[in-house]
Amino acid sequence: MIMDLYNYWVVIALMMIGFYSVIVRGNLVKKLIGLNIFQTSVFIFYISVGKVDGGTAPILVDGVTLYSNPLPHVLILTAIVVGIATLALALALVVRIKDAYGTVEEEEIREIDEQ
Amino acid sequence: MIDFALIVDVVVLALLLVTALAIARMKDLFAIVMLSGIYGLLSAAFFVSLDAVDVAFTEAAVGAGISPLLFLSVLKLTGRYENSSHSHALFALLLVVVTGLMLVVGTLDMPAFGDPGSPASSHVAVRYLEESAREIDIPNVVTSVLASYRGYDTFGEAVVIFTAAVGVLSLLGLLSGPREGRESPVRMADHLVLRLISEMLIPLILLFALYVQFHGEYGPGGGFQAGVIFAAAIILYSMLFGLHAAQSVARPAVLRALAAIGVLVYGSVGVVSMLSGGTFLDYSVLSDDPVSGQHLGIIVIELGVGVTVASTMILIFFAFTSRSDAAHPESSR
Repeated sequence: MIMDLYNYWVVIALMMIGFYSVIVRGNLVKKLIGLNIFQTSVFIFYISVGKVDGGTAPILVDGVTLYSNPLPHVLILTAIVVGIATLALALALVVRIKDAYGTVEEEEIREIDEQ
Repeated sequence: MIDFALIVDVVVLALLLVTALAIARMKDLFAIVMLSGIYGLLSAAFFVSLDAVDVAFTEAAVGAGISPLLFLSVLKLTGRYENSSHSHALFALLLVVVTGLMLVVGTLDMPAFGDPGSPASSHVAVRYLEESAREIDIPNVVTSVLASYRGYDTFGEAVVIFTAAVGVLSLLGLLSGPREGRESPVRMADHLVLRLISEMLIPLILLFALYVQFHGEYGPGGGFQAGVIFAAAIILYSMLFGLHAAQSVARPAVLRALAAIGVLVYGSVGVVSMLSGGTFLDYSVLSDDPVSGQHLGIIVIELGVGVTVASTMILIFFAFTSRSDAAHPESSR
């Protein structure tokens, strides 16, 4: 029972660690690292779902009949590259915020906005 | 019998958890970024142990390579330490624990890990595994699904990557690298060991990227993986010899054009297949024999993806480093 669901629980724990960093940390770079952990936990979830006991990598070879599910691999492979592209966009916004406000701490940005 | 795969699975996931906890607790952003590189490498190892070799390739290049580098060049602009103020820490902890517990309850009726009869592995995936040998006739099923069965999705993703690069370049601009004379006295290239090893590695990495690109139908690989590996080689070069030298090899104007051309090539294959009487991105009509039409289509669109991914990754890296070099010329690489 525990081993059947172990992967999913670790995924949830990782996801919540990332989520916590996003909520609590005021530093925008730290928030993005939290978001990155959150995102990777989803990758791990998909790949765990696609695993088939006794299966091998989905590259067809004579004499092998049992393969892991290729579909999650496709989805996550592209998601990783899209993830880094969108992360770069977020980091670019952080750099511009630093230019405009002189800080990347959420509280200080709010104070400047309220003035 | 001891199941080694299971032990690897348990240990690697536990290590991931420890690394994530350390990242969440630390305040030194430089150390956090280094740990996030380790986190990326660990998840790549995890993907290999679960048979997702194509995914592992990408994660190793992105999670352990390009993403920490982007974070580092941003840290150079925003500062190394975060402010210690925590807002609503207790409330957030409660929220996270409650959400986590609800998700755990949600997993209780999930199919067991590795169950061959789980819903995820019993519908369309079975068809891909059984029919792709006849319909597309390439061994790597991941490539068949990525490039042919789900070619629409992949086209959308290529467009997203291109759009993100356009966004980054419009936000940051691409300042030209520091002039030769202004280059700082301490250069990475002066470290003999670093320089010799990198000089040996860079051609091999480039060659490997080409292998991954063109062998993606037969082994793990394809356009996305090849693109990030190729970009990693150029990025290594620019870290070693400075942005100026790298930009004279990979010229930003050429890269900008290539990023667009890659997407254009992909889309054109779809239009050509429509003009040949098929539907958008239906490669079977590209040749008299449907199977060789599929082969042709897959090779061309993988090339488009590879070109777009490599050039956008290099452009994004250039955009960030040119800015941090301009801000701190004395510490320029």
